[in-house]
Amino acid sequence: MSEPNEHAHFIVGPKTYVLILIALLVGTALTVWASFVDMGFWNPVIALAIATSKASLVVLFFMGIKYSSKLTKLTVFAGIFTFLILVSMTLTDYFSRAWGSW
Amino acid sequence: MPDNISDSAETSHVAHPAYLRHHFNSVEQQADSTHFAMWLFLLTEVMFFGGLFTAYLIYRNWYYPAFVSGSHQLNVIWGTTNTAVLIFSSFTMAMGVWCAETRRRKGLVLCLSLTFIFGLVFLGIKAIEYREKIEMHHVPGFHYSLQSFLDPESNPEVYQEYHDKPLALDMAQHTELYFSLYFIMTGMHALHMIIGIGILAFMIFRARAGAYTSGHVTFVENFGLYWHFVDIVWIYLFALLYLISRH
Repeated sequence: MSEPNEHAHFIVGPKTYVLILIALLVGTALTVWASFVDMGFWNPVIALAIATSKASLVVLFFMGIKYSSKLTKLTVFAGIFTFLILVSMTLTDYFSRAWGSW
Repeated sequence: MPDNISDSAETSHVAHPAYLRHHFNSVEQQADSTHFAMWLFLLTEVMFFGGLFTAYLIYRNWYYPAFVSGSHQLNVIWGTTNTAVLIFSSFTMAMGVWCAETRRRKGLVLCLSLTFIFGLVFLGIKAIEYREKIEMHHVPGFHYSLQSFLDPESNPEVYQEYHDKPLALDMAQHTELYFSLYFIMTGMHALHMIIGIGILAFMIFRARAGAYTSGHVTFVENFGLYWHFVDIVWIYLFALLYLISRH
């Protein structure tokens, strides 16, 4: 096997993975605890914020986006951005139509 | 001239590893392309689950009391356990990718096997939960029962915990919508798990033969991306379906 053809990219090590594992488990405990506390309007906001932080850790480290090429980063970002546009526009349409008469 | 061509073909063939396809210039280009394609596939998956999540959010806002009462019927302990199981499986998968990258054959087989087992545990717990729903007649359809929502005290276990007030009949009927979304979303997620577990079995078999520990790790890496994506879907499902309002 010739050297120039070797697949050379950054390898994330076990140390990072263990730290992310712990962070994800702490996040899970935190979100369960938070759902039992009455914060009114903030309950779903906090639940989604914690879920999004957990998802970001998975994407950045387990899926290695932090260490990947600019093309991959742009692809992921563009995809999530498009997704958020679709969801937020659909939701604003539904929620701003006929207020209160659902 | 013809000699030259065959000459260069000969030499270039000797120069590259067997897994480099001829339409790529280098191993790096090949890996980047497949990696890119895998992410495009995952984005289509984001859109697919995104549609379900959007439908869920709209109905949840319309029929909030029904969704809260429906959610209280789910078991948080099973849900939390399953979240932890899936996070552990993502960890073992990530470690599997690392083993493949650093050419540890035994480590890779171990990691893939653990991921496989965690996947099965997740599905097992999901099956226990589904069975509970069937017994309670909370599966949408002809046998759907509104009893837990019209008369919450008839279900003492849940009532003791949350003291749900009885819902009006029209709102109680919307709990069926909650459970429809629950079964569609967790069911589609479970289908992804089943497909993943099938591919894992194939990979364990190939990894034992040393297929992924000789420098060509694209398949393991891209499967890892799929598995982590399924984990992310569950992180959101758990927050949205189980943890609407537990106080």
